[in-house]
Amino acid sequence: MPVLQVLDASLEVDAEGFLQKPEQWNEDLALEIARVNGIPDLNERHWMVIRFMRDTYLRTGTAPTIRTLGKDSGVPIKELYQLFPKGPAKLAAKIGGIPKPKGCI
Amino acid sequence: MTTIAMPATAVQAGAERRDDAITKVSIIVSHGSLEGIYPALIMANGARMEGIEANLFFTFFGMDAITKQKQSKIRVATVGNPAMGIPTLLGAIPGMSALATRMMTKKMAALDIPPIDEFIQLCADSGVRLFACKASVDMFGLTQQDFVDTVEGIITVGDFYGLAAGGQIIFT
Repeated sequence: MPVLQVLDASLEVDAEGFLQKPEQWNEDLALEIARVNGIPDLNERHWMVIRFMRDTYLRTGTAPTIRTLGKDSGVPIKELYQLFPKGPAKLAAKIGGIPKPKGCI
Repeated sequence: MTTIAMPATAVQAGAERRDDAITKVSIIVSHGSLEGIYPALIMANGARMEGIEANLFFTFFGMDAITKQKQSKIRVATVGNPAMGIPTLLGAIPGMSALATRMMTKKMAALDIPPIDEFIQLCADSGVRLFACKASVDMFGLTQQDFVDTVEGIITVGDFYGLAAGGQIIFT
């Protein structure tokens, strides 16, 4: 498993750069992951989605589907794709420091 | 706020697009059964979730998926569907198809797979472009008004190929 060195921390990531240990995550790290994935700055709407994604994963052990994200995160589907054009669920998971969502939906 | 020095390549590792990565798909939906429509919608939605551009082209009975009057009446085929494991004569009993549809819909709901009308809306909101086939529309005597508002237009096969240019075409 690849290890990412950030300052004095060693982060466990998968081949695509998703954190494998959510507890290693922090908000500065989120900003950096967002930046290298094409989102130069995170606004409050981005954070709403990222926190919803992360909280759901930590609470249930599973990342929400795109449908749930659109219904319950407070950000509708259209806006999700404006905020995260390369895929809201995948990118929000990556920025939020949780493993890559496994579902097809 | 402290800036963390992190090599961009590490975070992007593996996420780099290969030269032959799929960047666009155009999916043709030709069947009007539940099992004919869902795979196409799942693939279109799945494409958008990966940041892949997606078009849906509805033809023949596949148009039921975008027809206002028919969207909520789509059923599983219990006749002529050997994988169902129901003998054809039993599958033909009134109510069988409705029963199979209810069972399958229930299972899909548990997986957070939406009903077809909502799924079409989800696809549209996600940036999937929806089109109806001109030849089929003429054959069935339909107009744009028969379709849900998210259908962008009625297009010819030639238009479809133009739209699909540079991407992959999937026929379902």
